[in-house]
Amino acid sequence: MKSDAATARADFAAALKDAAIAALIALGVTLPLVGFRTDQGPDYKLILTTRFDLVAVMVALVFAARLALTLWTGHRPHAAGSSAVLERLKPAGSALFRLAGPALLGLALVLPFLPVTGRYELDLGILILTYIMLGWGLNIVVGLAGLLDLGYVAFYAVGAYSFAIISTQVIPATLPALGPWAFWICLPIAGLLAAFWGIVLGFPVLRLRGDYLAIVTLAFGEIIRIVLLNWQDFSGGPNGIASIPRPTFFGLPFTPGKDGFAATFGLHFDPTHRIVFLYYVILMLALITAFVSTRLRRLPIGRAWEALREDEIACRSLGINTTNTKLTAFALGAMFGGFAGSFFATRQGFISPESFNFMESAMILAIVVLGGAGSLLGVVISAIAMVGGVEMLRNLEFLKSVFGPNFDPTQYRMLIFGLVMVLIMIWRPRGLIATRRPSIALKEKKTISSDLIQEGHG
Amino acid sequence: MRRWENEPILAVEHLTMRFGGLIAVNDLSFQAGRGDITAIIGPNGAGKTTVFNCVTGFYRPTEGRIALVHGDAATLKAHLGPVTAHDRGFARFADGAVFLLERLPDHLVARHARVARTFQNIRLFQGMTVLENLLVAQHNGLMHASNFTVGGLIGLPGFRKAEKAAVARAVHWLEKVNLVARADDPAGDLPYGDQRRLEIARAMCSDPVLLCLDEPAAGLNPRESAALNALLLSIRQETGTSILLIEHDMSVVMEISDHVVVLDYGVKIADGSPEEIKNDPKVIAAYLGVEDEAEVEKIVEEVGLD
Ligand SMILES: Nc1ncnc2c1ncn2[C@@H]1O[C@H](COP(=O)(O)OP(=O)(O)OP(=O)(O)O)[C@@H](O)[C@H]1O
Ligand SMILES: [Mg+2]
Repeated sequence: MKSDAATARADFAAALKDAAIAALIALGVTLPLVGFRTDQGPDYKLILTTRFDLVAVMVALVFAARLALTLWTGHRPHAAGSSAVLERLKPAGSALFRLAGPALLGLALVLPFLPVTGRYELDLGILILTYIMLGWGLNIVVGLAGLLDLGYVAFYAVGAYSFAIISTQVIPATLPALGPWAFWICLPIAGLLAAFWGIVLGFPVLRLRGDYLAIVTLAFGEIIRIVLLNWQDFSGGPNGIASIPRPTFFGLPFTPGKDGFAATFGLHFDPTHRIVFLYYVILMLALITAFVSTRLRRLPIGRAWEALREDEIACRSLGINTTNTKLTAFALGAMFGGFAGSFFATRQGFISPESFNFMESAMILAIVVLGGAGSLLGVVISAIAMVGGVEMLRNLEFLKSVFGPNFDPTQYRMLIFGLVMVLIMIWRPRGLIATRRPSIALKEKKTISSDLIQEGHG
Repeated sequence: MRRWENEPILAVEHLTMRFGGLIAVNDLSFQAGRGDITAIIGPNGAGKTTVFNCVTGFYRPTEGRIALVHGDAATLKAHLGPVTAHDRGFARFADGAVFLLERLPDHLVARHARVARTFQNIRLFQGMTVLENLLVAQHNGLMHASNFTVGGLIGLPGFRKAEKAAVARAVHWLEKVNLVARADDPAGDLPYGDQRRLEIARAMCSDPVLLCLDEPAAGLNPRESAALNALLLSIRQETGTSILLIEHDMSVVMEISDHVVVLDYGVKIADGSPEEIKNDPKVIAAYLGVEDEAEVEKIVEEVGLD
């Protein structure tokens, strides 16, 4: 008994020391970065202001958080009682998860008609759905085939630019009569072009694994962006491509005129009609992505992807052509990225290379990893959390009451966001939903726990 | 009856494998008979796994030829020369086919020459269920049946039928290795001995003519080891699959193999029936690590091998 108390005291002392070190590091970092600030004075001279109070608050926060973290993780093995509680909660949790998919789908279907939904909510919904679709597309490459792709935005860009160039230049020059149908014609073409580039970029990286694959795909993402930035004649360079045709309701434009959508259906013209339509287009595209990828998982190709993630050498010993298998994963992932890119182009009406920088790739990858590689529902939850959460962090006015009126909360948006991500990855290192559902079963499907599942070698 | 001389399925000729300065396999020639269980034995580091890696296409040998024949041995005799002269790596004939395994990439060795293997350190798809493991082994056939995914995606009946057959085949092999009850469990959850048997079942699901097993009895207890012997004998009897077996446990080798090839430092030091090998002083010397012939005689007497 006594020794227990003694070890507990020793643990606490160690945790205190650890937290103090973390606080010291935080002090070292924040003192120069946060503690001093240069402002332009009234006579256009720089004046130095100090903000040591803010430094003190931050250091204290780091100290407290680090202490809480070590104490909490240190206690976890002893907390048998709480884990037993968790075990008992598990069936309820999995039932909740089983209901979460249909519930979210139902919500997504009726969202435009909910009374609370305004223009802002619709735009946010479209944004989230775009990222969900991108996440599901990348999930094929990263989650199923286990190939770490840091340049996924390249295919998003290929889709967007294919759409933009074909609809603003190729169709008017060759078959102007197709104008109103541009979106529906360009969409599949853009998807196929993105898949083609997926294969082209896939070929050289097939032999690479792990970090090397990640670096080279990252480079490809940048190459595509830089080519778009510099190839003025082709892509408009930094000016991008403007006046990309808006989507039509299967040929009927969303205009106030008498052959517009509203007039044809006897409705009052309302600019949100188009937004609602865009919402349903991206919802449909996302659902197709989900349908195809769940379906593919149960086909030989999907099983080969997962087997590839588990053990590439064993795959080859069973006669699986790993080159083709990887290329199909790249191509299909890229194709869905291309579809999403087309949608992005038609929604914005204007694209430029700026929209396709590395941050986008990182965001999509973060959605997949945070959601739990391989899980469709996980991607949905993390896309809502990441895109919606970042939006919610715009409303941080309440922090002024903590840090004083001079505190500008919007500046700390990304910091808080990063902190939350770190915490989630500590809590669930393999993502929110890290378990795997078998693709086929003899009697019953039992979920497979994440510690058996490999993350892929590259 | 020396089937490996009269009716070979596999002919390894002058196989040499160098890794930089290290000669892992040195001018090795041997044949494996159709329907035989051929054991490759030798001390640690003798080059046994390297031979397997060459036969299954994972390594490209520095020198030598590895020919595998489908159909009868006459095919091999008649066509080996012409096939070697051309560069394709294999040729099919009315009476069978000849494959030069040293020229084929690994997945084609498995797919076209139908050579399946297991690994010294088990390589299962741990995060997939036992059943899924066995379906991945039937990938190429299922891929065909799904019209390269298109037919499967739109749910054509042909694919569903093929998948049913594949599951039935998997269940058949699960019954043989006594793992039906665990079909829906992740492979990584199985105990070690079960994993070894599952790996064999997975290899058999790919319908091989030659099955290469790298130390399948390693880490098994005597009861499991005996069950393994029975399994290998029944595989041979039921499917006619020829088996190439790396094994350290002499009792297993002596009990089930028809033919034994002994390697030491990459060189073949003996080749013959288990009886002949058992009494070969060179083999005993290699295993006991002694040089002197006289000393060998003495040890043989002590151990009572005669
Ligand atoms: N890829 C490789 N690169 C370099 N050396 C290798 C390679 N593979 C095997 N070797 C070397 O070749 C020799 C033979 O190795 P091998 O694995 O074939 O032996 P083995 O007979 O299977 O031994 P064990 O009974 O321990 O499995 C060893 O010295 C080994 O270090
Ligand atoms: Mg070995």
